[in-house]
Amino acid sequence: MPTLTIDNVTVEVPQGATILEAAKKAGIKIPTLCYLEDVQAIGACRVCMVEIEGARTLMASCVTPAGEGMKVHTNSKKAREGRRTVVELLLSDHSGDCQTCDRNNDCELQALAHDLGIHDITYPGEKSAPHMDASTPALIRDTGKCVLCRRCVTVCNETQGVGGIFPQGRGFTTVVGPAFSQDLDDVVCVQCGQCAAVCPVGAIVERDQIQDVWAALDDPTKTVVVQTAPAIRAALGECFGLEPGTLVTGRMVTALRRLGFHAVFDTNFTADLTIMEEGTELLTRLKKALVDKENVALPMFTSCSPGWIKYIEYFYPDMLANVSTCKSPQQMFGALAKTYYAQKIGKKPEDMVVVSVMPCTAKKYEAQRPEMSDSGVQDVDIVLTTRELGKMIQEAGIDFVNLPEGTQDSPMGMSTGAADIFANTGGVMEAALRTAWELVTGTELPFENLHVTPVEGLEGIKEAAVTFEGCQPEWSFLNGVTAKVAVAHGLSNARKLIEKIRSGEASYHFIEIMTCPGGCIGGGGQPRMTTNAIRMKRIEAIYKEDEGRKLRKSHENPEIKQIYEEFLGHPLGEVSHKLLHTKYTPRLKA
Amino acid sequence: MVEKEQGCCCCEEEASEEELLARLDGIIQEYKDKPGALIPVLQQAQAVFGYLPDVALRKISLGLDKPYSEVAGVVGFYSFFSTHPRGKHMIRVCLGTACYVRGGKQVLDELKHRLSIDVGETTPDRVFSLDVARCFGACGLAPAIMIDDNVHQRVKPARLQQILDQYIDEDQARADKKAESKAKA
Repeated sequence: MPTLTIDNVTVEVPQGATILEAAKKAGIKIPTLCYLEDVQAIGACRVCMVEIEGARTLMASCVTPAGEGMKVHTNSKKAREGRRTVVELLLSDHSGDCQTCDRNNDCELQALAHDLGIHDITYPGEKSAPHMDASTPALIRDTGKCVLCRRCVTVCNETQGVGGIFPQGRGFTTVVGPAFSQDLDDVVCVQCGQCAAVCPVGAIVERDQIQDVWAALDDPTKTVVVQTAPAIRAALGECFGLEPGTLVTGRMVTALRRLGFHAVFDTNFTADLTIMEEGTELLTRLKKALVDKENVALPMFTSCSPGWIKYIEYFYPDMLANVSTCKSPQQMFGALAKTYYAQKIGKKPEDMVVVSVMPCTAKKYEAQRPEMSDSGVQDVDIVLTTRELGKMIQEAGIDFVNLPEGTQDSPMGMSTGAADIFANTGGVMEAALRTAWELVTGTELPFENLHVTPVEGLEGIKEAAVTFEGCQPEWSFLNGVTAKVAVAHGLSNARKLIEKIRSGEASYHFIEIMTCPGGCIGGGGQPRMTTNAIRMKRIEAIYKEDEGRKLRKSHENPEIKQIYEEFLGHPLGEVSHKLLHTKYTPRLKA
Repeated sequence: MVEKEQGCCCCEEEASEEELLARLDGIIQEYKDKPGALIPVLQQAQAVFGYLPDVALRKISLGLDKPYSEVAGVVGFYSFFSTHPRGKHMIRVCLGTACYVRGGKQVLDELKHRLSIDVGETTPDRVFSLDVARCFGACGLAPAIMIDDNVHQRVKPARLQQILDQYIDEDQARADKKAESKAKA
């Protein structure tokens, strides 16, 4: 337990703590740029340099261990001037169009320049040649803004195990990007947007589609409906300064109405529907395997997360049969809004515009997949991230914090607690088990308060097992069968889990994969910066939303019963098959 | 099989791309499970192909289970690696401090002029490639250049053609000999 002084404040820290961590404990803020809690500490940018008495040079505090008796100065002349030089050098090779940048007012470099009082850059000189990469529907890369902090490289390679980007070249000509100046669309990028979620500047951002939404709302010939993903309500408030984990469901609905949407629906509705379809699919696969002894692909993987879908298409194309054929809730919603709902209100699919608000950038990509046009036109027209919705509300001058609560419209706005928890890692699994167990046994899932706690929380790979007992006659073949399930979030964890299965080290019946760490609440389109502490706050908020509901199981949703009666028939039926299920495309990795 | 074990590039003019790729497979197999395999595999691949063609880089990426972006990043970082075909003979002109002050720059300029290529380029007949280097450890006999694995010391611009001719003549002699033995057979 070394004790040291930082700016004459004495602080004791655990062995191995860095000077940066010690300073935080002492209540002293050291500016940082490449450092990101829970992601990386590599000392690349040198912004966090401090003076240590007796040390020859300034030291990067994010990677220097705190030592016994150290005397650290964060605000000495030498430290201040060193830091300023570093930031000025960074600014000297940065496209500084702050006013029109996506990250205006949300930029760590801009904030640093402000905090350090930098008024002019004393290093005019050559600037790196910028390259704009607008090759994907989800992301825009602008290398002219990149500060080479490598946060995106770390999340892409380590958190996600995708490795689409890496520093290319050397020295002044270094570019962070795909191999040999390729664009993201040319490589294995799954468009999860974790890079955009951690970028300190505007070098990689989501493709802004706000103007497309305004244009649709301004078009009198269009009926514009909106759906919001389960994870939005636990994070949107952060765009307006509310504490992470503040639930803003009602205010979000009111804001969407004020923006002018003709109907405000809920992706939660189709999350419940997903449980009906995917749960039935799983039970059908199990029946085929156990009773009919057919060769059926197990374990079955969930299919809600479009980054994961693109990942398995690239990295394990031989396992695509294991992926549930269910479309994601976003795409189920789009297909039904332009058929079921359009018929109800007497509109043609081409006169409808379906807008999604998603915590995700890969959803922008998913909406454009050629197979997602089962209504006859593109099922989901425009996808906004949580951040974009925040900006739209701001642009409209809506005082979000003080809005009254609203409720979603019918018939695609009602949902259960099982749909809420789709936002969290482990949530789809829990929701599926709540319904599948009850369908098979006629009794409630035997977990306290319906929470399958072994699959909750931020551990990378989680497992659970339930043994069926007292099954209904139709499902008697499951009596005594232990269903083994697993949950992974973050694609590198998904990869570890798949490798365990392929090597025969583990076997499961059903696996939930979410692309982003923490699940959708930690999606690439959520308000920045998402740390593990913030993930946990959003996760808790979502469970709170679930627990506050009267209905907490998807099969109890009356609007779900209604849509099967009026339109779909039964799960995996003919209409479902056409509108709610899809197929996947094997892709080449390199 | 004997041929496969020869790691150098000088005697493999006739090897087809498939043979070269098979040789690369062998290298990848050897290093596959070793930590830090990427750089030695790239070095050996460059020895086999004379440069690092895209097809080889993709094979290395898949074989070592390293992202293609990382493989490309490492190739782009080290000036030793080239993704363009290189000439039969690699000329490296030392521009380390001692060689530089003793006329390394003039040697380089003369080579550029004589070969009509710039640094990093290859002559159209693919006989010579030109690159710069920093110190071969021959500072006492500066300025030095290296052609393939041979260090030439106290090089004077006026003597360069003579040095280049040695390589051209040797190549010619070897080609003649080969033709002769073929004719005999």
